[in-house]
Amino acid sequence: MSFSSVLIQFLNGLASASSLFLVAAGLSLIFGVTRVVNFAHGSLYMLGMYFAVWLSERVGFWTAVPLAAAVVGFLGLLIELGLLRRIYKAPELLQLLATFALLLIIKDAALWAWGAEDLLGPRAPGLAAAVEISGGAFPQYDLLLIVLGPLVLVFLHLLLTQTRWGLLVRAATEDREMAGALGVNQRWLFSSVFALGALLAGLGGALQIPREPANLNVDLTVISDAFVIVVVGGLGSIPGAFLAALLIAQVKAFCIGLGFSKATLVVEFIVMAAVLVIRPRGLLGREATIPRGPGAEEPPLRPLSPLLLRALAALLAALVLLPLASDGYVLVLLTDVLIFALFAASLHFILGPARLHSFGHAAYFGLGAYAAGILYLQAKLPMELALALAPLAAGLGALVFGWFCVRLSGVYCAMLTLAFAQIAWSAAFQWDGLTGGSNGLVGVWPAAWLASKTMYFYLSLLACALAIALLWRAVHSPFGYALRAGRDSPLRAEALGIDVRATQWAAFSIAGLAAGIAGALYAFSKGSISPEAMGIPRSVDGLVMVMLGGIHTLTGSVWGAALFTWLQDAAARNVDYWRAAIGVSILVIVILLPRGLATLVQKRA
Amino acid sequence: MTVLQVRNLHKSFGGVRAVADVSFSVAAGELLALIGPNGAGKTTCFNLVNGQLAPDSGSIDLQGKNLVGKPPREIYRNGVGRTFQLTATFGSMSVRENLQVALLSHARKLGSVVSSLEQQTHAEADNLLQQIGMQAQAERPCAELAYGDLKRVELAMALASQPRLLLMDEPTAGMAAAERTELMQLAADLARNSRIAVLFTEHDMEVVFRHADRVLVLCEGALIAQGTPAEVRASALVRQVYLGDADLEPGHA
Amino acid sequence: MRSLVLIALLVSSSAFAQTIKIGELNSYKVFPAFLEPYKKGMELALEEVNASGGVIGRKLELVTRDDGGTPGDAVRVAEELISREKVNVLMGTFASHVGLAVSNLANQRKILFVASEPLTDKIVWENGNRYTFRLRPSTYMQTAMLIPEAAKLKKKRWAIVYPNYEYGQSATASFKKLLKQAQPDVEFVAEQAPALGKIDAGAVVQALADAKPDAIFSSLFAADLQKFVREGNTRGLFKSAVVFNLLAGEPEYLDTLKDETPDGWWVTGYPWKEINTPEHRKFRDAYQKRWKDYPRQGSVVGYAAVYTVANAVKRAGSSDTEKLVEAMKGLEMQTPFGPIVWRPLDHQSTMGAYVGQLSGKGGKGQMVNWRFADGAHFLPPFEEVRLLRKD
Ligand SMILES: Nc1ncnc2c1ncn2[C@@H]1O[C@H](COP(=O)(O)OP(=O)(O)OP(=O)(O)O)[C@@H](O)[C@H]1O
Ligand SMILES: [Mg+2]
Repeated sequence: MSFSSVLIQFLNGLASASSLFLVAAGLSLIFGVTRVVNFAHGSLYMLGMYFAVWLSERVGFWTAVPLAAAVVGFLGLLIELGLLRRIYKAPELLQLLATFALLLIIKDAALWAWGAEDLLGPRAPGLAAAVEISGGAFPQYDLLLIVLGPLVLVFLHLLLTQTRWGLLVRAATEDREMAGALGVNQRWLFSSVFALGALLAGLGGALQIPREPANLNVDLTVISDAFVIVVVGGLGSIPGAFLAALLIAQVKAFCIGLGFSKATLVVEFIVMAAVLVIRPRGLLGREATIPRGPGAEEPPLRPLSPLLLRALAALLAALVLLPLASDGYVLVLLTDVLIFALFAASLHFILGPARLHSFGHAAYFGLGAYAAGILYLQAKLPMELALALAPLAAGLGALVFGWFCVRLSGVYCAMLTLAFAQIAWSAAFQWDGLTGGSNGLVGVWPAAWLASKTMYFYLSLLACALAIALLWRAVHSPFGYALRAGRDSPLRAEALGIDVRATQWAAFSIAGLAAGIAGALYAFSKGSISPEAMGIPRSVDGLVMVMLGGIHTLTGSVWGAALFTWLQDAAARNVDYWRAAIGVSILVIVILLPRGLATLVQKRA
Repeated sequence: MTVLQVRNLHKSFGGVRAVADVSFSVAAGELLALIGPNGAGKTTCFNLVNGQLAPDSGSIDLQGKNLVGKPPREIYRNGVGRTFQLTATFGSMSVRENLQVALLSHARKLGSVVSSLEQQTHAEADNLLQQIGMQAQAERPCAELAYGDLKRVELAMALASQPRLLLMDEPTAGMAAAERTELMQLAADLARNSRIAVLFTEHDMEVVFRHADRVLVLCEGALIAQGTPAEVRASALVRQVYLGDADLEPGHA
Repeated sequence: MRSLVLIALLVSSSAFAQTIKIGELNSYKVFPAFLEPYKKGMELALEEVNASGGVIGRKLELVTRDDGGTPGDAVRVAEELISREKVNVLMGTFASHVGLAVSNLANQRKILFVASEPLTDKIVWENGNRYTFRLRPSTYMQTAMLIPEAAKLKKKRWAIVYPNYEYGQSATASFKKLLKQAQPDVEFVAEQAPALGKIDAGAVVQALADAKPDAIFSSLFAADLQKFVREGNTRGLFKSAVVFNLLAGEPEYLDTLKDETPDGWWVTGYPWKEINTPEHRKFRDAYQKRWKDYPRQGSVVGYAAVYTVANAVKRAGSSDTEKLVEAMKGLEMQTPFGPIVWRPLDHQSTMGAYVGQLSGKGGKGQMVNWRFADGAHFLPPFEEVRLLRKD
């Protein structure tokens, strides 16, 4: 690289960093104060883009940008007042579920309002051309962005340090209970923070339209970038977010400049994993007080009541008899349900009793699935053997990744699991020789005696029911108690001789193994396996299932998986805007049953 | 026989000298009280002994074995049980389950993934419950208990491992006067009968002077006096730096 | 109880009507820009076929499903179409990996699968199977269509940019191989493979400019393409380099570029306004009349896909899978792009595409200097294909 191109790539990095910072800053603010992991933050950004493009045609670009930001900020306020306010006290991660539902709804709303075609916005009037910098051309508009990022940083800094509002925000970020005790009007504070965060997201989106068309895929791209930046920077730290945005944007620009463009697929996740392993609280994050709202109190485990036990036995019997009376498809669907039930239960195993948050559980599902495919196709093992051995690969993966993950807690832990999952995903995506690359592996079919839908259903029923029962057993075993002991009071647990980390590590590995069983079964049920099996959406699906069912019981995950799989299937078939339909259904459940479906079952039993 | 021997212990937090050059020892069967005003460094001493914190310098020996640098769980395995000033129990479990976990941990049986909480520990747990007088509350989740009851549960959990050294950080906080005496009597009996060394902190002077064999007085991290309750009560220095007035008479907490 | 009776009635009535059921699955919500016009094309064809009395005396019925855009969901949806809807033919899919997964299922369940959209070469070659047939000109074919123009220019230094997944990778590999054959002294000076949908366009444009290429081959599309075009325009990348871009002439992608449309790019695409063959004129008129909108590339694919099934059934004289498969082999039929043949060798149709140059005159993108490239002329020799196919 010549000096000129180094300089220009550096400027490119700065411009990208500014864009990234705007979204990340809002997300960080919101998380810092409300502890809500706002999954819909990318959707707010997307709305900012659409509004800005739409408004540009009417009032001109420069008016459209602040207007779009304000509209999105206002929408954010409505979301906070109408939805989030109701569920702050619900169990941890429930807000994640609610904002995930919002993401689905906003995506379909944008499709409905603006249509399917990407909308390329106008160039910024007055800054449409390029300037010459050291022999290369550089867009004028990008220079504006380069200035704007630090300006917003300074503005936020002043807002947070020089105003009373800022003081309250900082107090709430550092110690929520304390701020509450100081008589801070939390409701108003939360609303205003959420609105400001949304406004920043909308501003980020609106400012992006001269560089990128408004399109329906941007929400997910942006949210994952923003999460990474917020976590690398340190949760709740605005300067940290700025630093992280700079770091990641520069690393990306130079990956491209130096000819390693393929690395951009995961490089931010590699950076995040490295940062978290070295600095468990991100670059500038501080030891935050562990949020223990009322929702964080864990209820005691209850043994299965005789009535529930009988109901489960009846359900099992019904499942066993089902193939006699089905049209074949029910078996296919139920096979999916069983597999996802096991997947969700395995996620619950670490989420519930250990409170190890994982946003990357799909990694182990995917490892199991790929191992099954590779053992079967490449190593030419018999299907039965491939199926039996594949989960070990997932368990091994969990053993390795888990060692790092259990060293962190809360969202940091979650993001490290996500980073590892993305790294595994990109390996599957790019390792053509072994994994078939982006197309994946095809021709992964069960042995002849298991090939019929009925037999495969029985196989899945046997394997999943057994594995779930064993997980249940494990939760109620001394090991499960040790796990919950470490969750309830790490201090006491350690003083009683319990190695909390080792226990969590073992749990993580067991969960990985169980997810691997689900993955291997999945591979043979579909006949093929592709990188999606370990993508972020699959991890999110797992979380959604667990939260729908209720975080407090393992069996809840099973109901959650059944409901979510059925919802997806039924909605996609019967409703045009099926994503929004799923989103609305989730919201209804979140509001009516904040503790999950399991509460329904328990009330009856 | 000396169970715990602490020599020249130092610990600072930033500029705050929490523990400065503290040396003392506790013998088997002895009840040693560690007293001092708020922020004197009592809890920090406990945290250093039990491995929660690492000392800046100094040595801690448990029956000749060096404890410095070991994590709490290992120190526990060497026979140190403790209670916390701010109680720490497993809120999602019942009182009995809390004790069962403690018992199973002591028996190194917490690794089992398939068995259920054993019947045997059930009985042992009830035995402990009886000692602390909480049989009636066995099934209640710890999250629902009153503060004084939690203190009791903590004591029982610490005892589950049959420790050689018991550290009790304000064991009677949140209890009525009669309960305090009862609890300390229990601790004293245990110390005498099972030859446990007991180190405890306490703000209630009546409890201290009535039950302690010896008293250590800590002020701003430094040991300013030690001796029998009578000696400490008589010490002018203690009166001056610790309380500043004549509040060391029994009955004035 | 009443609903049970109703269902029974419905089931029996549909059995008596004996329609030919096409089970269509596609990623409608993941790629709506391409698939909404596609659906309209399908529906138009369906109405036409049924208005003319259906085929072999039976009406065609289309059962469409959203496949969620992932292979796992797509396979489940396909299973539903097969076992619950009892469809006679599977059709559809967009992304390559989804297409391959469904093709693999079709082979397992022994049902005809007309893969309408997926471009991957593998679906008819390395992973080809008895039951799968693919309509659209593949990545290889469309790349090959650009080669004659590329070679003609005698540019020495080529840079390549492609989305980092199988489509971009195989387009790049084919392009390099074919251009090297046509012009042995060619040099590939830079290669950029941004992640699909996540191009960092400024940095990519700068990196390409650093290599000082005479020409650029790109297989970017959708949002990536738009970002690339805008950055390239601003930074003057295209002043000194000719660009060849697969698919960029398809209205789905071209229309979004508006006044950014770069002049002179060589592309494959669909200049719908200017194709005036009788078969296309008929299709375009009917489409515009039915939908009050102009056809896109997807419309043609959807339209031709339904006609494919209609023609296959006609030729087979039955809806029996094995007979349909035999009828598909060598089937000759008409499409809006002219006649095509379904090659018995690899189950690829010879549908072609239009090759031409972009022009942004009047603030709207269009294709100029275009010509039709017949797919039949842009496939590798039979021996090569036979080696690739395993069956
Ligand atoms: N983790 C810590 N970080 C910083 N300072 C600490 C920490 N723990 C204790 N301190 C400080 O060390 C000093 C001693 O505290 P410690 O808790 O040991 O006192 P104490 O004698 O137990 O008081 P109390 O009677 O209030 O329980 C105090 O000034 C306290 O603020
Ligand atoms: Mg204390």
